[in-house]
Amino acid sequence: MSAQNDIKSAQSVKDEMLSAYPTKTARKRQKQFVVNEPEQEPRQEIQANVRTLPGIITQRGCSYAGCKGVVLGPTRNILNITHGPIGCGFYSWLTRRNQTRPESETDDNFMTYCLSTDMQDENIIFGGEKKLKKAIEEAVDIFHPKAVGVFSTCPIGLIGDDVHAVSREMSEKTGANVFGFSCEGYKGVSQSAGHHIANNQLFKHVVGKGTTCPKGKFKVAMLGEYNIGGDAFALEELFTKCGITLVATFSGNSTYEQFASAHLADLVVVMCHRSINYVADMIEKKYGVPWFKVNFIGAEASAKSLRKIADYFEDAELKKKVERVIAEEMEKVKAELAVIRPRVEGKTAMLFVGGSRAHHYQELFKEMGMKVLAAGYEFAHRDDYEGRVVIPDIKVDADSRNIEELHVEPHPSEFRARKTKEQLDAMAAKGFEFRDYKGMMPEMDAGTLVIDDINHFETELIIEKYKPDIFCAGIKEKYVIQKMGMPLKQLHNYDYGGPYASFEGAINFYRDVERMLNTRVWKHIRAPWHKQEPLAAVFINETN
Amino acid sequence: MQGALRKNFVSTRNPCKLCAPLGAALVFKGIEGAVPLLHGSQGCSTYIRRYLISHFREPVDIASSNFSEETAIFGGEKNLAAALANIATQYHPDVIGIATTCLSETIGEDMAGILRNIPEDSLNGAPVLVHVSTPSYAGSHAEGFWAATRAVVRRLADRKNVPERPNQINIFPGICSPADLRYLKEIVADFGLSAVFLPDYSQTMDGPGWPEYRALPAGGTSVKEIASMSSSAASLTLGRIACVAQEQTAGEFLRYGSAVAHHPLGMPVGIRETDEFMRVLEKISGTSLTEKYLYERGRLTDAMVDGHKYVFEKKAFVYGEEDLVLGLATFLSEIGIIPVLCASGGKSGHLRRLLAERIPELQGRIETADDEDFAGIAESAKRLRPDILIGNSKGYHIARQLDVPLIRVGFPVHDRIGAQRILHYGYRGALELYDRIVNALLDKKQDDSQVGYSYL
Repeated sequence: MSAQNDIKSAQSVKDEMLSAYPTKTARKRQKQFVVNEPEQEPRQEIQANVRTLPGIITQRGCSYAGCKGVVLGPTRNILNITHGPIGCGFYSWLTRRNQTRPESETDDNFMTYCLSTDMQDENIIFGGEKKLKKAIEEAVDIFHPKAVGVFSTCPIGLIGDDVHAVSREMSEKTGANVFGFSCEGYKGVSQSAGHHIANNQLFKHVVGKGTTCPKGKFKVAMLGEYNIGGDAFALEELFTKCGITLVATFSGNSTYEQFASAHLADLVVVMCHRSINYVADMIEKKYGVPWFKVNFIGAEASAKSLRKIADYFEDAELKKKVERVIAEEMEKVKAELAVIRPRVEGKTAMLFVGGSRAHHYQELFKEMGMKVLAAGYEFAHRDDYEGRVVIPDIKVDADSRNIEELHVEPHPSEFRARKTKEQLDAMAAKGFEFRDYKGMMPEMDAGTLVIDDINHFETELIIEKYKPDIFCAGIKEKYVIQKMGMPLKQLHNYDYGGPYASFEGAINFYRDVERMLNTRVWKHIRAPWHKQEPLAAVFINETN
Repeated sequence: MQGALRKNFVSTRNPCKLCAPLGAALVFKGIEGAVPLLHGSQGCSTYIRRYLISHFREPVDIASSNFSEETAIFGGEKNLAAALANIATQYHPDVIGIATTCLSETIGEDMAGILRNIPEDSLNGAPVLVHVSTPSYAGSHAEGFWAATRAVVRRLADRKNVPERPNQINIFPGICSPADLRYLKEIVADFGLSAVFLPDYSQTMDGPGWPEYRALPAGGTSVKEIASMSSSAASLTLGRIACVAQEQTAGEFLRYGSAVAHHPLGMPVGIRETDEFMRVLEKISGTSLTEKYLYERGRLTDAMVDGHKYVFEKKAFVYGEEDLVLGLATFLSEIGIIPVLCASGGKSGHLRRLLAERIPELQGRIETADDEDFAGIAESAKRLRPDILIGNSKGYHIARQLDVPLIRVGFPVHDRIGAQRILHYGYRGALELYDRIVNALLDKKQDDSQVGYSYL
């Protein structure tokens, strides 16, 4: 099947999909739907990070979910208080399957708590600041946290409670570092806005406050790793094996102290580009710590990322150690692949998830010899699809303008350029890239589908057309896909499996996916199209 | 002492309730061809979908009108119109159930006015639009559930007062499992009656695989059936607290408007409540309990005799929606377990009185904690030392701390499979609960034993 045929059949799916919408909706939607042609000049554009159309059942969550649930959710010792009616706090309570591992039994671990001001009628009418103050006061009395985060929900912005003023006042009164987040659910177009709000506040109120950090020759801060299924633990172990010191993780299994001392690292690496790349930029500008993108999803990608870190430090000993670890780990990976690959080779997958995951996980499928037919993000921006090269061209619309952009200057005393201009130039001459991310589309085959903010209706249509062997998304999509006789791999919470990061994680993933694909369960509920030809073949026959 | 601990705290710490639009969405999922739409930020739909999906393990589509900052300022009329148009073209629904969230409620959307401007016949397929007001700062998911039940009946039931269907009854079953609904249907059919359930998510939230793709799952009560509720012989509302706490239940609405007799009952959990439920069905149908149910009841009482030595005087904590708590506590009192704490995040103000009324024999031995959270429940546990917890998954942490069994019932149960098949109602439900409770206590006894007897 040639790329030309793939492109044609993908185009026909796109046309069919759009024809189901009212004209106005179709016009908007078609820009978020690209039949990938990576070689095309000029580069293909996709529309992303725009509002979801009302009534289209989206995968997306809200700003509050991104701020409180995603970014601040997996920290251990910042106490989070949701300011609002009860639902938001309840739904973001211990559901993302982030893991925490306090160093001792007496260390704080607030992740299992859900605190809410549980606003009632009278608070909505007369204002909730008083209640919030009391809630902060009692939370500090009970838990004695170093820091408290206060999260605004939809009604809070509307009734005009000033969470920032309350937080300032309570900081002074209680001695804890209390800071607020204006992450009302209607802000921005997806949880991405919430990530930004969360990260901005952490940068403003926490980063830079620390004066000490773990000792080590190679100090790294890892941004955009949320420790789903223990990923961050796997990476902590991997780094330790290599002799790399992890100073801070944003924000899986993180602590207030780690955030506060992140600027003391000598290198920042970014896992999830979408949720946090701007923080890497700000740390670099203010403190002089360079950053680049890494990916520890996939064995090859993990090896590549480790090597890049070793190259950055330009230390022969570290390079040797890293090579030794890679060799050791790859041996195990290869042994596993030798068993798994023959069982899954040639099978097809689709990934619609996250702001990086839909890209990162393609690495693992490639290693297994599987083909990705379609992918898209839930809340990413154009640079996550097309690469950072498009950042200057991205139009800032009203929704993005509402999210604060911090203005950052080099810190008068704490700025310390980790590499001199000459060193950086020399590295660049050798092809070493900083602030790099090429995006998902250039790495996908011609004729694959790239769909931004896919909705329920479209999901079902492309499944019917392409009949992939596995679909990757989240719990909301899981059962509708499985009703149709096809496995869905949850990439938000890993179906309670994992970790999937690093070499060890890759092996876990191969095994889990192979089992999912080949379990006998599917044989009992054969899909109705099982005997039909897949779409591309039908298309070729028709055109003949 | 009752509820005193809780009152010392301003914040809710580990809540024992969910929000109102979730309850409303669940009701809409029990109507054939209905799509729930939450008027507000998209996060509400996403969060609520996730919670319903992880409990029922079924697809749950809930649309949103996707408020942006601008919408929050200028109002959501345009968004709602667009949402309705898009849902109508994609899903061809019979009904779109609109629940207003905290956001649209706080800005004071004039829903009646907005909906007047969007005539149903302007939408593809002319779906019926039902609106229910569900700000979550005024009630929990239970209130949202009952409010939606009432709103649907008010909107869809015919305005007649001719009891044309002497064999038809209406059942407002409350928040229960698909298995409960299926069992209720079986019972009603065995009495030679037909019943209109609102909601009926017995199939939509616990269905088989799909031979072909469906935009909307099969099942649910049809618009036509709901219209006919005003011609039924009687309505049964299963929830004593729901009946007294609401200004007007759907059942009362039908009684006033269409002269349909209304029987406010308890959730049929345990023997006494099921007996009352059966008695009402006997009366309406004019037939007596068949042998099948006499045997079911007989097996239940026989099991109670068999197992009483394992359970009597055990202390249980029961928590969840107020009506479920009332039902479970009644049942526990029947089997010799003392529900030493009856807790709920709900705050109708009726729980204590009804517990006293329904379980007079345990007067002074039951503490009531309404408007309670799990932190409060955990504090009470230090004092009351329960042997067992009975409620949803969110009590797991307390059970783990206390090292006592947790019997998972109600909603949400998202750490076990089969939540949609947990049977709470009727003699059969009581028997299942009984076996689970006794066996959990035996498990614990066995595990804790030094010897490890395999003969208990």
